[in-house]
Amino acid sequence: MSAVLDPGRDAVLQKGRWAANRWLVLRRASQFGLLGLFLLGPWAGVWFVKGNLASSMTLGVLPLTDPFVLLQTLAARHWPQASALVGVLVVLLGYAVLGGRVFCSWVCPMNLVTDAAAFTRRRLGLRGSRSPSRNTRLWLLGAVMAVAAITGVVAWEFVNPVTTWHRTLVFGGLAGWLLAGGIFVYDTAVAHHGWCGHVCPQGALYGLIGKASLLRVSAARRSQCNDCGDCLVICPETPVIAPALKGKGSPVILASDCTNCGRCIDVCSRDVFRFTTRFDQRSPS
Amino acid sequence: MTDRRRFLREAAGAAGGAGLLALAAGLTATQSQARAAQALRPPGALAEPDFLGACVRCGLCVRDCPYDTLRLGRLGEGVASGTPYFEARQVPCEMCEDIPCVKACPTGALDRSLTDIGRAKMGVAVLIDQENCLNFLGLRCDVCYRVCPVIDKAITLETRHNPRSDRHAMLIPTVHAQDCTGCGKCEKSCVLERAAIKVLPAQVARGELGAHYRKGWEEKGKAGHSLITDQIELPVRGLEGASGARPAAALPGAAVPGVAPPGVAPSGVAPPGAVPGMGTLPVPARPAP
Repeated sequence: MSAVLDPGRDAVLQKGRWAANRWLVLRRASQFGLLGLFLLGPWAGVWFVKGNLASSMTLGVLPLTDPFVLLQTLAARHWPQASALVGVLVVLLGYAVLGGRVFCSWVCPMNLVTDAAAFTRRRLGLRGSRSPSRNTRLWLLGAVMAVAAITGVVAWEFVNPVTTWHRTLVFGGLAGWLLAGGIFVYDTAVAHHGWCGHVCPQGALYGLIGKASLLRVSAARRSQCNDCGDCLVICPETPVIAPALKGKGSPVILASDCTNCGRCIDVCSRDVFRFTTRFDQRSPS
Repeated sequence: MTDRRRFLREAAGAAGGAGLLALAAGLTATQSQARAAQALRPPGALAEPDFLGACVRCGLCVRDCPYDTLRLGRLGEGVASGTPYFEARQVPCEMCEDIPCVKACPTGALDRSLTDIGRAKMGVAVLIDQENCLNFLGLRCDVCYRVCPVIDKAITLETRHNPRSDRHAMLIPTVHAQDCTGCGKCEKSCVLERAAIKVLPAQVARGELGAHYRKGWEEKGKAGHSLITDQIELPVRGLEGASGARPAAALPGAAVPGVAPPGVAPSGVAPPGAVPGMGTLPVPARPAP
């Protein structure tokens, strides 16, 4: 079977099932675990966490607020309470260290949908893709803030699939299922990694937040690369790998679009990749 | 050439994004203007346009409401998706003294300057169906009045003559918007199949005087005297014999069309069939002797 259809097959043979799926399993545990924390309240009456990803309160003391949503209220010329400002500072600090787009791959519930779409695409062998430019998300980010400023209303939050999806999961309803279904269809049938990799303005902002993040993936053992291409097939932000893997400079993936999902580490049968800091320039040959 | 192509592709992408946003803005405009009349905002909510600029739809107010009054708007519920609201007929606001929903709001979309729940303005009760309200039918239901947390201020019972029986009083529940918090207890407890009294958002329920309007009696109170000079008294045709006295004083107890005598319906309009000098007879009156 070709790498395009089943990336990671060699890794499973070489490293075993666990080592070839470790970061994927941990990531799913993180995604479902966080969702579980939010659902523990409404489902079991245990209120560790209240609210949703837009803004939450943990154990009655720790506020967390989404920077993308809060930036919209600021653009709409509303100055929030201290609670939201503290919450957004905590979040900004966290992602500035861990990598902004860690939100996308480890927290955001839409990742489950788009990963499922990418999996379906591979399994069905769908090759054609009509993706917009990866810069679309930055344009959209700007437009979202402009519309909030013009209308004085957090307009994007009427349609934002990410927050609506999470809100629907935690508070019930139908809107999130429709939006998530739409994105699944878009990512499967229209655009390869279309939503998260090209369109989502929320992810774009998290990318900017993580521009200088400490935690990074490095192609440290790039000299071992056998050009199987599995990492490039599995990576949701494909262009971020090549400079580190094939370039002459730093082996660290410095592009802020990298979501630190760690899937390249999993699927590489030669153990080329590993998590490290952005300052780790080692690339032993 | 490749560069130009890439540029064009990017521009197309941006246009696509702008298209998406135009759609979003369109939805926003329609939805935010289309809040259903029975959808009430939590206490302390900013005015609707500001509220939609401040609320992040996190649902923390919903979670901290001890009576499960609040809920987040879902698709097709006539309220901006994900924003908190309640329907009085379903679960009214219990007016907690510590107002936990306001305290829970991280952005101030629920304004923390509201510390006295008695000053909340979630909406205004309106006795909207005067044809089915039991008190208007002459019964003593009074339930809306009795459950009102601001009883005798926000709702009073006003005595009115019952023209149908001509010997009974009607006690009319009367809302005073100044003291009504819009909690919805009255609407919730109305005994009819569908409530005759409903709490509506203030901008639906209330009119607004022009800013330049002055109430003569208030200005008179402030100034200590009437602001207009004494009016010339013109003779009223047919009452010339009253020699200078005001017409209403000239015939004590008599109803003059357009002037309501004390104790009679305050509407200022004599009932049909009423004849000058005959009081307010409900039955077609015989011509005056």
